[in-house]
Amino acid sequence: MTDQFHYLLARAARGQLDRRSFLGRAAALGVGATAASTLLSQAVLAQGPRRGGHLVQGLVGGESTNSKDPALALSQVPFSYLRTSGDTLVNISPDGNIVPRLAEEVSSSPDAQTWTFKIRSGVEFHSGKTLTAEDCAQTLRRHSNEDAQSGALGIMRGITEIRAEGDTLTLVSNTPNADLPYLLADYHLVIQPNGGFDDPAAGDFTGPYRWVEDEPGVRHVLEKFANHWDDSVGHWDSVEMLVINDATARNSALQSGQVQMINRVEPRVAGLLARAPGVTVASTPGRGHYVFIMHCNTAPFDNNDLRMALKLAINREDMVQRILAGYGSVGNDMPINAAYPLFDETIPQRTYDPDQARHYFQRSGHSGPIDLRTSEVAFPGAVDAAQLFQESAAAAGIELNIIREPGDGYWSEVWNAKPFCASYWGGRPVQDQMYSTAYLSTADWNDTRFQNERFDALLLEARAELDLTRRKELYSAAGMLVRDEGGLICPMFNDWVDGHNAQVAGWQGNPAGEMMNGFAAVQTWQA
Amino acid sequence: MHPILKLLIQRIALGLLLLWAASVLIFLGTQILPGDVAQAILGQSATEQALANLRASMGLERPAVERYFEWLINALQGDLGTALSNRRDIATAIGQRMGNTLFLASVAAAISVPLAIFLGLLAVRFRDRWPDKMISAITLTSISLPEFLLGYVLMYVFSVQLGWFPSVSNINSSMSFWQKLNAVALPAMVLTLVVLAHMMRMTRAAILNVMQSAYIETAELKGLRRLTLISRHAMPNALAPIVNVVMLNLAYLVVGVVVIEVVFVYPGMGQYLVDHVAKRDVPVVQACGLIFAAIYIGLNLLADIISILSNPRLRHPK
Repeated sequence: MTDQFHYLLARAARGQLDRRSFLGRAAALGVGATAASTLLSQAVLAQGPRRGGHLVQGLVGGESTNSKDPALALSQVPFSYLRTSGDTLVNISPDGNIVPRLAEEVSSSPDAQTWTFKIRSGVEFHSGKTLTAEDCAQTLRRHSNEDAQSGALGIMRGITEIRAEGDTLTLVSNTPNADLPYLLADYHLVIQPNGGFDDPAAGDFTGPYRWVEDEPGVRHVLEKFANHWDDSVGHWDSVEMLVINDATARNSALQSGQVQMINRVEPRVAGLLARAPGVTVASTPGRGHYVFIMHCNTAPFDNNDLRMALKLAINREDMVQRILAGYGSVGNDMPINAAYPLFDETIPQRTYDPDQARHYFQRSGHSGPIDLRTSEVAFPGAVDAAQLFQESAAAAGIELNIIREPGDGYWSEVWNAKPFCASYWGGRPVQDQMYSTAYLSTADWNDTRFQNERFDALLLEARAELDLTRRKELYSAAGMLVRDEGGLICPMFNDWVDGHNAQVAGWQGNPAGEMMNGFAAVQTWQA
Repeated sequence: MHPILKLLIQRIALGLLLLWAASVLIFLGTQILPGDVAQAILGQSATEQALANLRASMGLERPAVERYFEWLINALQGDLGTALSNRRDIATAIGQRMGNTLFLASVAAAISVPLAIFLGLLAVRFRDRWPDKMISAITLTSISLPEFLLGYVLMYVFSVQLGWFPSVSNINSSMSFWQKLNAVALPAMVLTLVVLAHMMRMTRAAILNVMQSAYIETAELKGLRRLTLISRHAMPNALAPIVNVVMLNLAYLVVGVVVIEVVFVYPGMGQYLVDHVAKRDVPVVQACGLIFAAIYIGLNLLADIISILSNPRLRHPK
């Protein structure tokens, strides 16, 4: 290619020449649009982040009932705007490591029970107030308080003492906990002045963008905060989040260029969308999984042979293809996959085996149909998945009776209440948190009623273990117990499937969550 | 008292009674839904303790009847309260949303009502000939298609392919009137297509009914032009049923467009109501329900009044 083309390319990559003119002039030099476009995006990446531009995101998961109070955040849009406007003490990198944010340094006592965080100096809130360790302490105190109704209450419960002295924040855990810093990367725990006790929904944070307009369920507008402490993030001038709950409308908005990125591309249309000009469908293996859960203490599921029969009677590969259209991976009846740190890859994969299933089913002595409850809200495609399960189980001589429940009240009347139903889990940053949330005997959301002393002991031992090799072994053993004796049938882990167009550069998926774990607006830049 | 005045007062009193009955029904409906607002807010992550705290702070443990009457008395004084789910003032939030809904409804009505009546007249003028058949075929097809499908088709053609109008009809206060008009072009088109057939067919049928009368024949013998005859002589006497159908469709444009709002991401009342129903946010659902009921009843009242006034026998009783 000519020198003239390279000159144009360099100018376009620096933003001195707009994309359309670049493609036009490239064509005049005999370079096709596709090749020129590819070369341009490579040049842009090599150029590094570029300041400026207005980013518009089209997101599902916003309601007119949303609030800026981080404690009350539950759905995807609050998740994204908290990530965009706030900072947590630490973040988790895509490869599962702790990244210091408002905490500059993280260290622990040798028993992993007392953790100290050195709080960064010179950090400013959007209101102009300077961040102190006391603000961090107050934030964590508010989320530990039952009155705040915080979604992070569960992870704060294990912390018994919160102290701030000078620029140091000290946390004491009730048991040794080697994973404690991971918990503080939770999106609810963005730091607020005085912990948000004065006005929890003020939206005053320390993140790279600050609030301009807030119309819950419609749109949220943020602009670059000039005094943000970290120059390596927040490249857009302004960010607009449009709430687009309808999947087809989201796709059209991306195709027509009204938005530059969207979340939750439906797996069955992802392939079609990816063919649209200029659109990239970005899928990232995640920790979220779709499950069928049995109560281990309720007949007939109190019989491990019956549980094993059902685990063997489900066709995981088929479900990944048909329910997730391939945007996912098979599960192994444990809530952990390779997206977690310290995962043991050598655990054998359980497969569909109707003969073995029939054998276990007969040995359990159970006869007659088994009720399986499902609903469209359990997970996308849960009703279809239940029917696939019914078919594959029928081949093993097990009759499943599918009861389709209404979406309203599913999480109160069916999930964690009825002995066998469909459900989902979003996954957690670390193995310990996932297991302690739902598989420890005393867990609030032990939705499989799994009571296993040996499992509890293994988990507590692993939690206190700072030696990584030993920890990995302990987690492997605990995982095997859930896999072989638990009430969890986990056919598949779903990918995070997002879409963006050619105006977005620097996209990097994160297994911890959709939209680059919510940091899409923070870490990408205008191409 | 003038009999018309008496009739009107009767109608209005009946309307108010109906409105009150509607408020009771809405309240009962929200009580029957499984789960409560605390459960809906905390979702899957609810613990017993958190639920109890939230219920106590929202006063949900008090009897339903007590909560209903407290709300009704406040609402009569213009205080709709604050949303349980995000503690925002309901009146302010509804004010904005209602403005948006009325904007879209007026744009759609401004296109569809004159168009429907004109097409109806045209259909009568060319009765049983090809213009009549074509008008009927097109409008009946568009009413038979589900509205979300119409929305997707228009979106694909005008937004994705041609790029004329935005597929996301998000409007906000910083936009000018023309920008807003451009933003609502697609949803207004869909709504027009949806309500057109009903009004057009009713206009056609009502006028055809009158066309059988002897005085039409007289007018014809007088040598009037056919379209003048229809619009000047037949139309006024067919007004009552047409007005009724027009009002029904106007009410639909205001209260029944949730699907269109979702498809085009339009920040109107429907989406607002649905979000709050999902959260069991009773004060908001009550307020929206009451407003919708008031609009419906009000427009029907208006239709009644217009048909009474357009009837000389009622206007000038013996």
